[in-house]
Parts: sequence; structure tokens; C-alpha cells
Amino acid sequence: MTKSHKKQQTIFKTLPKTPTGINGLDEITDGGLPAGRPTLICGEAGCGKTLMSLEFIVRGVTLFNEPGVFMAFEEKTDELAMNVASLGFDLYKLQEEKKVKLDHVHIDRSEIEETGEYDLEGLFIRLGHAIDSIGAKRVVLDTLENLFSGLNNQTILRAELRRLFTFLKNKGVTAIITGEKGDGGALTRQGLEEYVSDCVILLDHRVINQISTRRLRVVKYRGSQHGTNEYPFLIDEDGISLLPVTSLGLEKAVSSKRVSSGIPALDYMLGGQGFFRGSSILVSGTAGTGKTSIGAYFAAETCKQKKKCLYFAFEESPNQIIRNMRSISIDLQQYVDNGLLRFHASRPTLYGLEMHLVAIYKLIKQFQPATVILDPITNLITVGSVSEVKSMLVRLIDFLQNEQITVMFTALSLNTIVNEQTDEGVSSLVDTWMLVRDIEHNGERNRGLYIMKSRGMKHSNQVREFIITDKGLDLVDVYLGPDGVLTGSAREAQQLKEKTGVALRDFAVSRKDKEIIRKRKTLEAKISSLQAEFESVEEELNRIYYEDELKQQIMNKNREEITKMRRGIKEESPVKKKK
Amino acid sequence: METEVINYELRLYIAGKTAKSVSALANLKKYCEEHLKGQYSIEVIDLLVKPQLAEGDQIFAIPTLVRKVPEPIRKIIGDLSNEEKVLVGLDIRPRKL
Repeated sequence: MTKSHKKQQTIFKTLPKTPTGINGLDEITDGGLPAGRPTLICGEAGCGKTLMSLEFIVRGVTLFNEPGVFMAFEEKTDELAMNVASLGFDLYKLQEEKKVKLDHVHIDRSEIEETGEYDLEGLFIRLGHAIDSIGAKRVVLDTLENLFSGLNNQTILRAELRRLFTFLKNKGVTAIITGEKGDGGALTRQGLEEYVSDCVILLDHRVINQISTRRLRVVKYRGSQHGTNEYPFLIDEDGISLLPVTSLGLEKAVSSKRVSSGIPALDYMLGGQGFFRGSSILVSGTAGTGKTSIGAYFAAETCKQKKKCLYFAFEESPNQIIRNMRSISIDLQQYVDNGLLRFHASRPTLYGLEMHLVAIYKLIKQFQPATVILDPITNLITVGSVSEVKSMLVRLIDFLQNEQITVMFTALSLNTIVNEQTDEGVSSLVDTWMLVRDIEHNGERNRGLYIMKSRGMKHSNQVREFIITDKGLDLVDVYLGPDGVLTGSAREAQQLKEKTGVALRDFAVSRKDKEIIRKRKTLEAKISSLQAEFESVEEELNRIYYEDELKQQIMNKNREEITKMRRGIKEESPVKKKK
Repeated sequence: METEVINYELRLYIAGKTAKSVSALANLKKYCEEHLKGQYSIEVIDLLVKPQLAEGDQIFAIPTLVRKVPEPIRKIIGDLSNEEKVLVGLDIRPRKL
């Protein structure tokens, strides 16, 4: 903070500027027109010079409270007021409030005779009076060159013009002088640019393929940096809008939050979480591969999260999309009704690319959606060349990323061969590129989806079969067998085959099991009979052993008794015994 | 042509007493005396004094001579040094074909 503060102090005093209040022009000119100096706006007839200068005056009053004088050499004040009434500028009211002074300088050659020396002091006095009467800060001289057609003496005119610009500078007003574009490379027919050295703006109106585009270029801006490109602009009910979205470096904030695509299986392919918020997604594929369905799913998912979605349809009408999506069980109507989803359908040929871009830009600014869907961008090709479409999309993506809006484009690829680039050449710009393609096999057409790229996240490298059913969209694993990739009924058949195999195996296993049980039973029976045999043998053996022991015992006993008997003659007389 | 009695109402716009203004006024008076004696009036308007009047007669050059009457309005700008042009411009003398 302190560092930036210091920096601010060391900045040199730069050229003071007068903001025009015209959308985008102040961005391009880095603040507006040079304050207190004249600016030349030149261009062909009908390119918007008068309107631009008039808007400069009106915006000056309404936005910056700077009164202005509009001196018209071409149109009458009534005509002027009527022409801009459609833009919501009420010149009569502003004139009554003494905020604007309109003055029509009528020069008619047939009424004027020139004899001898003269000067344009009358004009100066008129202008000076007009400026002083309302305290004007802004002045417009709309086509000063009409003086040249009304007066013969060029020498006087040129000298007076020089004096006029000095006069304007002395008055301290910011002036716009308009001039018709000259033949060849000349900016103006009468070389007005040599008098106005501070700032020159060139307007252009080109018609390419029957579609017109207006462009603006700052040819020269002394003492200031400015955008040097040609900037398309458009005139609509809000006046002039320039597109300053040609920006501006790659310094946008990024989000690592994820948004779901609405198709769980697709989210799973994208590392399990879906797209990054604020990223751009391209879905390309051949006709009828379900690109719009993917877009609609994403739109429905966004609305389900209670976020807003803006859907630009270049091919189908909103009702058509809603009806078609019902067949795959998404009801978009409910989101349209509760205001979360807005459709903007327009034929690409309705107006030029730039106009489309401005229309998109304006709607987005107005609606503030979280998600934008453009379906399909391919159709824009019909109104511009590839490079123009690309440059338009670059600017759109740029703008959307700055606003942290997730955008999904669909693109139709015309050939079935996967191109390294899409036809629009935007594939290098987008963050995620999904490809839906036909897989033709066994007399049927199935859809395969895969992810060509997805920046900054783990993503599946598999081709999934993309199926559209009454219940919705789903992705299933394709069968990779010895015959290659199987999809559709071939996959089903393969799965069936596998199922049968399993059942057969199960049966075989159970038969084997039973046999084992039986075997075991016989063996167990055998074991028990053997056991019984063993027991009887053992008993027999035991009996013999016991008998032997018994015999031994008896023998021992007998021997003892015999011994005792012999000893008893001596100790106990057997006579006694006999007694 | 000059047989009809027409009142010429002339207005000369000047901005201060510049050399051009002075000579224009002198020239005008001379021609009028010569050709329109008794049937003209000259009003001199100094725009430095009354700048608001410049708009009404569509004045941008100085000096400008405006013929208010007879209609249509005609304007002659410059110091009126060329008598022929002034007379033609005021329709006093018919235009040469």
C-alpha cells in the first residue's frame, strides 16, 4: 500500500482529459479527449460522426454537468433534435435548461456573393456568444468543411480556420470538429487534420458480405497513450457503444472452485468434480451428437444451484429447445419462469459479428449470469470470416473470464475426422474441450465422448459412450474387446454374452461342489468304518494284553503262595494247622 | 427594371471599426446613392455590441451585407469593393448570362 502510494506521487502531471461519457471510448483514449483542445473526428458519410459528437455534448451535460455548444453546418437544429430523440436525448429540454446550445450555420452559395476582403469574425462572435451564454465547456463544430463548399476564397478560409482553432484553445473549451473523409489516403477532404494536431479519431463503416460493421480508430493522440487498434462500435438505442474488451493482458483472477456439468459421469471423467468456475468449455462434434443436450444439461444444473444462466441460441428458438429438452427429462421452462434462465435467440445473420458481441456483452452486463451458453458458435461463421469469429470469441472469452462467468460453446464440426483445430480456431483458447463423435459400427451409429483437454485437472483419457435416453444423458464405458471398441447393441450383446458365460460357469461350479460334498460323504463313511475296525482290532489287542497280564499276576501269586507254604513249616507248624 | 419603386432595406453587419468594415460601409453608401437614391435604408449592426443578432441572419463572415427587402434575402460578404458584383448581388443590375 505504502509503496503504491509513493508511486502515485512521482507520476508526472499528464495531459488533462475530458471524459466523453461514450461507452468504451474513454477506456481506449485512456480517460477521454484532450481537455481544452480540439479533436478531429473524421470518416465517411453515415459513419456516425455527428452522432458521436452529439453524444459527447449530451453526455457532457448529463454525466459531467458540462454545458456544450453544438454548431451544425449541415443539419438544421430541428432535424438534429429529431434524429437523436430516438436515442433518448431530449435536446429541446436541455436547450431550455441552458445546458446545450444548438446553432445551425446555414451556408447557401446561391444566396451569397463575395466581393473583396472579409473574415469569419461573425462566426467567431456567434460561437463566442454561444459559449459565453451557457458557460460551455464543450464545443462541437459539425462538418466545418461545409464552409469550403459555401465560400470561394480558400486563402481567407484557411487563415481563418487557423485562427478558429487558436480561438477555441483560448476559450479553453474541449472541441470536436468533424470532417468528411477525403479521397485516397487523406483523412479529410479539406486537410483539416493539419489544423488539429492533438487528437484525430477516424470512424469507418464497412460492409462485408452485406453486413455492416462500424469501426473506430484513434489515429493520433498527442501526449497520451491510446489504443491503436480498430475498435468496432455500434449505435443502438443507448447511443454509441465501443468494445473495450480487446484487453488487456492476461491478468485475470482465477477460481479453483468447481461447477458440475450436470452429468455425474462427465464430472467423474473430469476428476470427479466438473469444470472450473469461470473457465471456458468447448463441446464440439458432428451434427446430431447431442451438443445442445449437453449445453441444456449444464444450464439446468446451473439453475438447480440457484444461479443464473444465459443461453444464446443461434439455431433454435427458445421454445424449440425447451420442447426438445423435455424429451430427455429436463424441464427448462420452470427455470425460465422463475427467472434463473434466460434465452436470447437470434439468427446470426441478423447483424454483424461485432453487433452480436455487443449484444452478448450488454445482456451479460445486465443479467449477471453465472453461466453463459453459446449454441452453436459455428453459425457465426456465416457472418464473418474465421479470423473475425476467432477474434470475437477471444474478446468474449476474455470478458467472461474477467467476470468469472463459466462459458460453454458448442461447435459443429463438419467432417468426421478429428481436427487438430476446430473450425473456429478457438480450441487453443478454451480450458476444457470435449468432443462428441459418431462411432459407426455394425450398421448403427453411436456417440462417443472424450475429453481432448482440460486444463488444470485430472481427466479421463477414455472414450465413453454417450447415451441419450428418455431419462437423460449418461456416459457408459465402452467395451474394449479383442474386436476393438464396441458400442451400442454390440456392447449390449457382448455384455449379454458375458452374462451367459457367468451363469454357465456358476452352474458348473455348483455341480462340482455337489460332487465334492458327495465324495466327502463317502470318504467320511469309509473313515468311520475304518475307525470301527480299528477299534475292534485295538480291543482284541487290548484283551490279549490284559489276559497276559492277568496270567502273569496269577502266576506270581501262585508262586508266592507256594513259597509261603514252604516257609510256613518252619515258622508255623503245619501241625498247628492240622490242629 | 428600375422603373418600379422598390424599397431596399439593407443591413450591414460589422465587428468593430475595422478597415474592412469601414470601407464596406463607404462603398455601400456610394452605390446606394448612385443607384437607389431615395428608396433604401441602411442599418449597421455591430456584432461586438450585439452578438446575439448574428444567429438570426445567419452571419458568419464579416462584413456581410444583407438585403432584407425585397425578398428573397440576399447576402454579400466582403468589403464590397467590386461594384459590379454588389449591384448584381442586390439584383439592382440583372445577372449576366
